[in-house]
Amino acid sequence: MHGSGDQQLRMATDATAGARSADRAPASSSAGGAASGTPLLRLSKIGKSFGPVQALADIDLEVYPGEVLALVGDNGAGKSTLIKTISGIWSPDSGQEFWDGRQVHIRHPRDAAALGIATMYQDLALADNLDIVENMFLGRETVRAGLLDETSMELSARRTLSDLSVTTVRSIRQPVGSLSGGQRQAVAVARAVLEEAKLVIMDEPTAALGVSQTAMVLDLVRSLSERGVAVLLISHNLNDVFAVADRLAALYLGRLAGTARIADIDSQQAVALITTGSLTPVGAHSARKD
Amino acid sequence: MSMPPSQAELPAESTPTDVGFVDEAAAGSPDRFAVNELTANSFVEYARALGKRIRSGESGALPVVIGLVVIVAIFQSQNSKFLSTGNLTNLIEQSGVFVILGMAEVFVLLLAEIDLSVGYVGAVGATVTAELATNPHNVNWFLACLAGLGVCAVIGAVQGLLITRLGLPSFVVTLAGLLGFEGVLLYLIQHDKAATGGTIPVTNKVINDIINGSLSNTVGWIVMVIVVVAYGAISVLQNRRRRASGLVTAPLALVAIKVGAVAVVGVVLVLVCNANRGLGLTKLEGVPWIVPILLVLLVVYSVLLGRTRFGRYLYAIGGNAEAARRAGISLKTIRLFAFVLCSVTSGLGGIVYLSQLGSISSNVDGGNLVLYAIAAAVIGGTSLFGGRGKMIHALLGGLIIAAVYNGMGLIGLSAAAQFMVTALVLLAAVTVDAVSRRGRTSA
Repeated sequence: MHGSGDQQLRMATDATAGARSADRAPASSSAGGAASGTPLLRLSKIGKSFGPVQALADIDLEVYPGEVLALVGDNGAGKSTLIKTISGIWSPDSGQEFWDGRQVHIRHPRDAAALGIATMYQDLALADNLDIVENMFLGRETVRAGLLDETSMELSARRTLSDLSVTTVRSIRQPVGSLSGGQRQAVAVARAVLEEAKLVIMDEPTAALGVSQTAMVLDLVRSLSERGVAVLLISHNLNDVFAVADRLAALYLGRLAGTARIADIDSQQAVALITTGSLTPVGAHSARKD
Repeated sequence: MSMPPSQAELPAESTPTDVGFVDEAAAGSPDRFAVNELTANSFVEYARALGKRIRSGESGALPVVIGLVVIVAIFQSQNSKFLSTGNLTNLIEQSGVFVILGMAEVFVLLLAEIDLSVGYVGAVGATVTAELATNPHNVNWFLACLAGLGVCAVIGAVQGLLITRLGLPSFVVTLAGLLGFEGVLLYLIQHDKAATGGTIPVTNKVINDIINGSLSNTVGWIVMVIVVVAYGAISVLQNRRRRASGLVTAPLALVAIKVGAVAVVGVVLVLVCNANRGLGLTKLEGVPWIVPILLVLLVVYSVLLGRTRFGRYLYAIGGNAEAARRAGISLKTIRLFAFVLCSVTSGLGGIVYLSQLGSISSNVDGGNLVLYAIAAAVIGGTSLFGGRGKMIHALLGGLIIAAVYNGMGLIGLSAAAQFMVTALVLLAAVTVDAVSRRGRTSA
């Protein structure tokens, strides 16, 4: 690589990251063994441009089963472009994608869904006029003798929601349009669980939510991760990131500025990664690369 | 479009626990959460919730029924013949075309699309049927109808492809259809050998009997009883099945009331139709064939919309097309089928119209028919903005349109006044739709 490539401080993506700054070492042991073994999703040198604009360049990223990876970056850093690439809205111009160690080509949302990638966009992609059960099963309805099997769908929707500890909705037959923002997120998450998704991509899930509803959504993220589902969480809110994520990956001007275990960095360093693309805050040299 | 998170939607009682992970038993208990119809387990709870919903503006079919009563009262006060059995049967026969064309519109209105061509597409289909079923072809009535509907299916497919593949607005494509198929209609009638003086008469008895034939009085009663018993049995079975699965279930008393209401409507309908409505010495009685035809169509289409994937996807696309696309639904295919179904159904409407007039001519006013069709669907409660509507809406709305149409004729309103009144009824329906929609999204 060249130029800014040497800024790609790749910290602690796996067990070889022993050379990181030792001053916060004790914290790292509590971060859970998520980041080990075969990555569920591995991106290698992913690039994407729109006309003359290079939106993504040389993105190398791994997502491990059961981990919560936060994808952070300033506006225009390429977060949305990256998740749209992963979820098949468009295909990358260059680079390779590996799923469970096997090379894949995700060219269509269907391809992503077939692999087990569920994407929850900011606008949530729920139909307000359909009820909770109908939304959870949209596109994958249970059919018996040519007709929709409402009873079995309602039963498994109810089971899934209670597995996720979502008990605040009054009836799972109420239209999604009448739900609060947090409840809508819960429906979207339940939908992903129902699909048996292995990787859930959440785009700013807490952006429009109040404090209590944010807590509810973060709990949902945790329960996904406890079920062994990998979560790729896009967020502007570092509080949320530090509350639930195992690792953090920062994009800066279309490049991966660095990845780090949450336990190994503080929010100042995270801000530095986001705003300058370097883990090193201006003037300080606490975490030099080797 | 997704709605902003609507805190205000939640009744005050539920706010303290909006976040919390309440245990499941508490979630359903009435002291912590407002009960709505969906969660109501007893009849009293249900009735209370229903009252609350009506007060908050989500009143379902109620305004339609009230509107129908008001219209009936007005016309009855102007002309006492309005509620005579003969006129009521006549009104039901007149409603057939409006109801079926309204059903056609429901398919596309659910997608927030519109089809302005149903009137002339139906007329073209009817012309094909009429041509084939009379001299010199004299094709079997069933095959003739099938051919007419087939032509409509092709027309629907062409319009649907233009809309889905080229991305043209349905408004414009079907407006072109409105003009173009009037031209086709004129061409067919000018060039048909069976047409005399610009009119193709119906010589086939079956096609003629759709509107003009009746079930015998006994058969009418038997059919009515079968329909009510079947409806009751299905309702109870569904209710039992839900209850057995441990799902929240509507109280049995409610099922009984619904079945009872259907039975009452059935009895009244058969009584009215079975009365002798003949003039003078000719005896004319029995339920017109159009009634069971509408009923079958209503059931088949309601099952299609409510119980199949296709129907579910229509609602999903109308509610949030992007959500449907991301759920892996092929929007183009579903949209295309909706337009095909719309055109085929308008073909059915055309054949009923053919039967009603006893002939088809170049004078068919397809432009007027399409407005009645849209009015029927919208007055019944189908939204112009997509995602909301049922086939029963077309039936109720079609009856209202027929009542207005019939009543205005009966009290001898001039054509000028009739057009203006119809326009006002349509505007009123659309206003109700728009206002109730605003109420929902700003809640």
